[in-house]
Amino acid sequence: MKLSINFLKDYIDLDENIDVKQLAEDMTNAGNEYDEAVKLINATKLVIGEIKECVDHPDSDHLHCCKVDIGSEVLDIVCGAPNARKGLKVIVAQDGAQLPGGTIKKGVIRGEESNGMLCSMAELGLESKFLKEEDKAGIHELPADAPVGEDPIAFLQMNDSIIDFDLTANRGDLLSILGMAYEVGAIYDKKVKDIDLSHKENSENINDTFKVNVNTENCSIFLAKKVKNVEIKESPAFIKNRLIASGIRPINNVVDISNYVMLETGQPLHFYDADTLKGCLEVRMAEEGEKLTTLDNIERTLKSEDIVISNGEKAIGLAGVMGGLETEITDNTKNIIIEAAIFDNVKVRRTSNSILRSEASNRFEKGLDSNRTYMAIERACNLLEKYAGAEIVGNLAKYDTTDRSDKNIDITAKNINAILGMQISEQEILEVFRKLGFTTTVKDEIITVSVPKRRIDISIKEDLIEEVGRIYGVNNIKGKLPDIAPKMGSYDKIERQIRNKMMDLGLNETLSYVLVPENEAKMFTKDDTQVVKLLAPLSEDKNTLRHSLSVALHKIYKYNKARSNKDVSIFEIGKAFQKQNEEYSETKKLAALMSGEYYVGMEKKKVDFYVIKGIAEEVLDYLGYNGRYSFVKDLNKTPDEMHPGQSAVISVNNDIVGLIGKIHPSVEKEDVFILEIDLDKLLAKKVGKMKYKEISKFPNIKKDLAVVVDKKVTAQEIGINIKKFAGSLLESYEVFDVYTGEGVAENKKSVAFSLTFGKQDRTLTDEEINAVMDKIIEGLEKKLQAELR
Amino acid sequence: MKEEIAKIKENSLKEISESKDLKTLGDLKVKYLGKKGELTLVLRGMGKLSPEERPVIGSLVNQVRDELNKLVEEKEEELKKIALEEKLKTEEIDITLPSQKIKRGSKHPLNRVIEEVEDLFVSMGYDVVSGPELETDEYCFERLNLPKGHPARDMQDSFYITPEHLLRTQTSSVQARTMMANEEKTPIRVIVPGKTFRREDDATHSHQFNQVEGLVIDKNISLADLKGTLEVFMKKMLGQNTELRFRPSYFPFTEPSYEVDVTCFKCGGKGCNLCKQTGWIELLGSGMVHPNVLKMNGYDPEKYSGFAFGVGLDRLAMFKYGITDIRLLYQNDVRFLKQFDRGDKENEIKY
Repeated sequence: MKLSINFLKDYIDLDENIDVKQLAEDMTNAGNEYDEAVKLINATKLVIGEIKECVDHPDSDHLHCCKVDIGSEVLDIVCGAPNARKGLKVIVAQDGAQLPGGTIKKGVIRGEESNGMLCSMAELGLESKFLKEEDKAGIHELPADAPVGEDPIAFLQMNDSIIDFDLTANRGDLLSILGMAYEVGAIYDKKVKDIDLSHKENSENINDTFKVNVNTENCSIFLAKKVKNVEIKESPAFIKNRLIASGIRPINNVVDISNYVMLETGQPLHFYDADTLKGCLEVRMAEEGEKLTTLDNIERTLKSEDIVISNGEKAIGLAGVMGGLETEITDNTKNIIIEAAIFDNVKVRRTSNSILRSEASNRFEKGLDSNRTYMAIERACNLLEKYAGAEIVGNLAKYDTTDRSDKNIDITAKNINAILGMQISEQEILEVFRKLGFTTTVKDEIITVSVPKRRIDISIKEDLIEEVGRIYGVNNIKGKLPDIAPKMGSYDKIERQIRNKMMDLGLNETLSYVLVPENEAKMFTKDDTQVVKLLAPLSEDKNTLRHSLSVALHKIYKYNKARSNKDVSIFEIGKAFQKQNEEYSETKKLAALMSGEYYVGMEKKKVDFYVIKGIAEEVLDYLGYNGRYSFVKDLNKTPDEMHPGQSAVISVNNDIVGLIGKIHPSVEKEDVFILEIDLDKLLAKKVGKMKYKEISKFPNIKKDLAVVVDKKVTAQEIGINIKKFAGSLLESYEVFDVYTGEGVAENKKSVAFSLTFGKQDRTLTDEEINAVMDKIIEGLEKKLQAELR
Repeated sequence: MKEEIAKIKENSLKEISESKDLKTLGDLKVKYLGKKGELTLVLRGMGKLSPEERPVIGSLVNQVRDELNKLVEEKEEELKKIALEEKLKTEEIDITLPSQKIKRGSKHPLNRVIEEVEDLFVSMGYDVVSGPELETDEYCFERLNLPKGHPARDMQDSFYITPEHLLRTQTSSVQARTMMANEEKTPIRVIVPGKTFRREDDATHSHQFNQVEGLVIDKNISLADLKGTLEVFMKKMLGQNTELRFRPSYFPFTEPSYEVDVTCFKCGGKGCNLCKQTGWIELLGSGMVHPNVLKMNGYDPEKYSGFAFGVGLDRLAMFKYGITDIRLLYQNDVRFLKQFDRGDKENEIKY
C-alpha cells in the first residue's frame, strides 16, 4: 500500500514539514513495516521558466538553443525536445539540480553553452504508465498562467511524499486512507477528521426503475446508486496526483473518482454505464463454462466457483475482480449505476488468483466493513456532483444482511499483563483504547471494549492484547526465562553418533535437495511404489521427490566431477519419499557415495567395493549389529542402476535394510560406489546392551587354514561352514588371502583363513585343536568339495 | 707364579681398557675369566703349590679376578652407552618431512549450527523433536489457525503434491503434531529443527531451507518469557552484545505476533549494506500461541498459554562461518565441505 502523505493529511492533522521517514519508522514499530519512504518527485533546484527565444542549434538537426526566463535571470539552455518553442512555460532544472537520473551541470553542448535543463515528467521520475501521450513526446508543458520563478512541483500540486507499506495479511483496514488515519491517529494521539459526504439528491427514487437481486450467499451486501448527466473530462490535479502517488493511473474524472473513493474508504466501487443495463443487477454464481469478456477485452471462461454480476440475462462482470467490457464507462457515458458490495473473500481470492489480482480484489480478499460500503457510495456522490456535474438520483437499491454494529469484547488488565508479562495499569490500558478510537466501559475490573467494525482483524481478547502491546510498546519488557519445572532435554543421539562416525571415517557430510527430476526420482530403488510429484514445480529438474538419497548424492558427485573434484567421499542422513496405495510415506536414510582416492588407515587407496563395504560394516558394527548382518547378492532386489556383479543388498536378521555396490557403467562411467541404509528399518531392530565380557586368562591359539574351492563359492559360505564344523572352541575367524593362478586350477581359488581357538577356563591342548581342525577340513571337503592346500 | 699372575693382570687390564666394542670385551672376558680362561688355569695349577703358598696365590688370583670383573663391568657399561648413542644417531630422522595422514571427514555447516542450537535448548530442558517433511495441509495450515482460503496462505508459495499434501513450508507444522501427540495435554517444551520448502529460488532464497521452531506451553507463560528465551538464544548464536527488537506483526498461529530484529551482525548496529543502514537484521518470527491453535490441538487456553518462534538457520550458518552465498550450502562442492572438518572452538561464541 502506497500512502500519499498529502492524502493522509486530509484526514489527520500532521505537521506541515513532518519527517516522513520518522512517520514510517513509528508505523513500523506499531507493526506496519514499510519498504521505502520517498518523495513523489525527488528533484531539487527546479523553477518555472518561460522560453523567450528558441532557435535551431547551428550544429545539430534536432537541438534547440533557448533563452529561458526564470524570473531572477535569463538562462541559455540547449534542449532536444521537439516541443520546445517560444512562449512555452517550462520546468527548468538549474545548474546543480539533483534529478532521479543524476546531477545537472553547466556545460557546452556542441559548441553552445547550456546552463540547465528543460524537463519532461519522465526526467522528474514519473513512471511511464502515468505519463500522458504529450508528455511522452517531449518536455512537460505548463499552462500559460504558471508563475515564472516559482517552484513547479508546488504549482503542479505534486509536493507529496509516499510511504510504501508492506502490510500484514490481517490489516485489510489499512488498505484505505481512513484506516491509515486511524492508525497514525492512535500512534500520535490525534483525532481523525470527518469525510465529506454531502450532496443533493433529486426527487426520483432509484427503486422505481432499478432492481438488485442477490442469489448467492457469497454476497453479504449489495448497494446500487444512480447518478445522471455526468460530464466526462480530466480530473482535477489533486485527484490525479493522489492516484499517481498511490500507484493508480488516472483516466477520466468518473473512473478516477471510483478509484479515489476506493483509496479513501477501502471499499472498491464499480461504475456501470446505466444505459447499457436493463434495469437490474443480479449477483449469482457463474455457470460452469460461462463466457465473459472483461474490461481488458479478454474472453474468460468461468467456473461455478466464480461470483458474477449479471444484467438478468448474462454475466457482465466478475464480482470483486473485474468489470465487463460491455457495460464499462466510456467517453460518451451520461448516466451511471454505482455498485458498492461485499463479496465472499475466499471466493474472490480464488477467482482473482486464477484471473487477475487487482486493487479491488486485494481489498475484497482481506475483508471489508459494510459501514464503509454505505460511506463509499455517498462519498462518490459527493465527488461526482462536485467534479463531474452529476445529478444524484434519490434513494438506494439495496440488499444488506450485514451487522454494522461494534463488537464488544470483555478483558481485564490482568488478562493483558499475564500475556505481555508487563505491569500496565488499567488507566494506561484505557488510554490505548481511546487512542485507537475504541470506546470502553469498566465494571468490576472488567473492561468492555467496543471495537468498530472497521477493525475486522479484532475478534477475541488476544487481539486486544496485541493492540495494547502494539500501541503501548513492548520493547521495554524485561525478558526472563520461563518459570517452569526443570527437566532433562532430549535429542536424537543415535543420528548424531552416526554422523560423527561417518565423519571419523573420513567422509564429508552433504546437504542435498529433496526435489529431483521425475525420470530420476526412482533411481537406485527397485520396488512398485509410485513417484511423488509436485502440482506446480518451479522447474522440471526439481519436480518430484526423491525415492533414494543416492540419486541426490550422485547429482552432487556429478557436480564435483564437472569441477575436477575426483576424490569424492560423501554421506548424508535425510529423507526419501514414496507413494503406495494412495498413501504417502517418508523414510530416514543414511547414504554414502565414494569415488576416486580415499585414505584407508594412513594409505591412499582407490575406492573399490571392499572399501565401501568396510564403511558399511564399521557403521553396522558401531551400531551394535555385529554378527547379524550379511551382504547378499540378489539381482531381483538390486536396482537396475547398479553393477550386477559388484552389488549386494544388506540384510540384518534376514531383513533387507540397504544397498551397496558400484553404480552401473551405463549410468556412471567412473568407478563410483554407493551405500544406502534405511535407518528407520535398521534402528527398529533392537541391540543388546554393551556389556563387559570376561577376558580369558589362558592364551588363544591361532591356526591357519587354506582351502581350494570352486571359484563360485563365496568366502562367506566357507566361513559359515568353518564356524559350523568347528563348534564352540573357535572364537573367531577371518580371511587373510585369496589366491588364483599358478598352482591352482583354472576354475578354482584358494582362500586362506586365520582361525583363533580358545577356552575361558584352560589352555587348549594340541590334540584338541587338531581334532577340531580335522573336523573342519572334513566338513569343508564334504560340503563344499574343498581341498586342503 | 706370582710373576705369571702379574703378567696376566698387566695384559688383561691393558686389553680390557683398550677394547673398543662389546664383542671384543666379551671375548676378553672369556679369555681371562672364562672356564678355560688364563686366570682360571692359574688356579687349576695351584695344586702344585705348597700349602703355605696356596692361600697367598689364591687370594692374589681372587683379587685380580675381582679387579678384572669390576673393570669388565665398567667397560661394558661404557661400551653399551656408546653403542646406544651410535644407534640413536643412525636412527635420526628429518622431522620436517610430511606426516602420515589420517584423513578425517567433515560435518556440514548447517548441521553444525543445528547441533549447537540443539545443545543449547537441550540444556534448558527442551526436547528436540521432528516431523514429516511431506506434510498434510491439516498440520501445516489448518491446525495452525489457517483455514483454506485464508489470505495469509498463498498457494503460490507452497509446493503442493495434492490439495491435501505438500512439502512443509514451516517447521510450525510440528507444533500441532506435538500438541496432538501429547495425550495427557501436559506442558510442552520442544524445538524442531528441519528442512522447509517454499516456492521461490533466487540469489537470496533457496527453495529448500532450514528452520528451527520453538514451542513452550505451560501455565503462566508470557511474552517476557519469549523475550528472555530469545535473548539467550540469539546471544549464544550471535554474540553477547546482540540486542533484540520486537516489532508487532501478524502470523495466524500466534497472537500477539512479533517479528524480531537482532543487532546487525556485520556492523554491530552502526549501519551497513547488509542491514540497509538500519543497524537491525530481521531474523525471526514469534509470538504467543493463538488460543485457537491451543484449542484446536486439545489445550485449554483458559489454563495454558505458550510461546512459539521460528528462525531461519541458513542465515545463522552463513553468519557464523562467513558464507556469502546461500547456494554454497546446497551445492556441496567437496572443496567447500572439507573446510568444515574441525572442532568449533574458535567459532564458539561465549555467553
